[in-house]
Amino acid sequence: MAATITKKIIHGIYDDEVPLLEACKKLKTAGIKIKDVFTPFPIHGIDPIVGVPRTRLAICAFIYGLTGLGLATLMMWYMMVSDWPTDVGGKPNWAYYFNIPAFIPITFESTVFCAGHGMALTYLLRCMLIPGASAKNPDPRTTNDKFMIYLELNDEQAHKADAILRSAGASEVNYKGTVTEKLAY
Amino acid sequence: MSNLNFTFPQKVKTFTYALMAIGVVSIIAAFIFDKPVFEDEHYHHTRAWANILVGSFFFMAIGLAAAFFLGLQYAAESGWSTTVKRVIEAVAWYLPWGLSFMMLMFLLGQFGVHHLYAFFDKDLMNSEPSLKAKMGYFGWFWWLRTILYMVGWVYFTNKLRKNSVDADSAEPNDHSLHWKNVKLGAWFMVLFAVTSSTSSWDWLMSIDIHWFSTLFGWYVFSGMWISAIISMILITVYLRKLGYLEFVTESTIHDLGKWMFAISFLWTYLYFSQFMLYWYADIPEEIVYFQQRWENYKALMWTVFFINFAFPMIMLMSRDSKRNFWFLTFVGFVIFVGHYLDIVMMVMPGTVGKHWTGLGWMEIGTFLGFLGLFIHVVFTNLSKRALLVKNHPFLGESLHHSI
Repeated sequence: MAATITKKIIHGIYDDEVPLLEACKKLKTAGIKIKDVFTPFPIHGIDPIVGVPRTRLAICAFIYGLTGLGLATLMMWYMMVSDWPTDVGGKPNWAYYFNIPAFIPITFESTVFCAGHGMALTYLLRCMLIPGASAKNPDPRTTNDKFMIYLELNDEQAHKADAILRSAGASEVNYKGTVTEKLAY
Repeated sequence: MSNLNFTFPQKVKTFTYALMAIGVVSIIAAFIFDKPVFEDEHYHHTRAWANILVGSFFFMAIGLAAAFFLGLQYAAESGWSTTVKRVIEAVAWYLPWGLSFMMLMFLLGQFGVHHLYAFFDKDLMNSEPSLKAKMGYFGWFWWLRTILYMVGWVYFTNKLRKNSVDADSAEPNDHSLHWKNVKLGAWFMVLFAVTSSTSSWDWLMSIDIHWFSTLFGWYVFSGMWISAIISMILITVYLRKLGYLEFVTESTIHDLGKWMFAISFLWTYLYFSQFMLYWYADIPEEIVYFQQRWENYKALMWTVFFINFAFPMIMLMSRDSKRNFWFLTFVGFVIFVGHYLDIVMMVMPGTVGKHWTGLGWMEIGTFLGFLGLFIHVVFTNLSKRALLVKNHPFLGESLHHSI
């Protein structure tokens, strides 16, 4: 039987982003892990404080771009050179490199298309924002004028975090039940 | 707040004088060594003159593009650039110097001292029906346009700068001058949209008198824009190293780096678009422009293309490279030289033509001379005003800019 641990879910609600950032910094110094932060608008500079790792979406974009470039080249090579060599405007396609300037616009568009769509789809799938997905926002007021720190902590840490949240100026600290986690070995 | 009054360091001043001296010496030497060509009656020290034109235009264009960028920041009501506004203004105010050099070149051309522009030569223009038909566009109409560009650009740039410095001494929270500048900036965009294209046709494309391209203006514009952005980056990074401008956040320089990256692609896009259309159509009267470059300037043509396209693409793609200022400075300087060579490629084939012997000390010396003057003028401009604007509605946003 796997050992489990029960954690409290805590919502620290703020009316402004400045005390929220302050609370995040204090929690971090106290060694408390911030599970998530919900805000009505993006707050600049919050990522390193909350400890969000740097996005790897750019790497994906690069790979999708290369894929688009390759697909376009393959397609045009097959159509224009291999399958049915065409002579457009006195420029016979005996080899791909002969008329490479003509192929560049399509290569470019395909690269951009694949990188753009691939990135958007990856983002949506990674966030599980698929059709029919239910909203995962634990407090809908954060889409309006409230700022929230979302914590999942054991009793001892929850006690510490409660004091920190309030001292930084939280307008509410709500306990929203518990969550059971498997312990990692 | 840190020291807002920049003093032009004596060391740099001496350095710029040295550069200017190199420039003057190499221009004089160019006139001595660049002898008339026996079999070409139109070749009279053409390479020396063409070099002066390249230097005049390239640095004038930097001032112009900085003025454009300044107007753009106002028209777009953007906040991030507020902390570097004084740097943009200082670069923009090289414009009168650059335009003076251009005017000097035009006057010398008009009076037949040099033969860079075919349209100043009445006999030549009358010798061919196709050129004769173009005389309506040149002649007095050309001069009218040239004067209009110069007066218009200097008027707007001066007004934008004057309002900006007057706002410093205005009542706190009185932003009326800023909103005036927003309007001015928007009108300058309108003027610039038309004149940036037409001026490049009049001043550069007309060198290849038989050839025409509607895309040429944007191609020149993208080149001058990136050169201006690079000069802003280099100056900002250097001033930070001297201990000024520490209120400019790393994110602001990162943003300028993004501009450098983005406009490199704008340039590539336009350069290639222009090339591809002519390559595809392959009409003799149009392809002549590229044929000339392909035959006598092939190495330089490829160099320009790779420095200005592949180099920034590989070097500036990652985020870290744009936040490492030594790296940014290095890449910026290489692209800066690349765009100077781009102007060389626009001017030389139509003037020096097949007498070109490859890049030499004449090009390097003239470049250094104009560079010295440019640095000297811009740093003098910087030392005349506080390095940070006061009373700007977006100042707070810019001081806390973070991406």
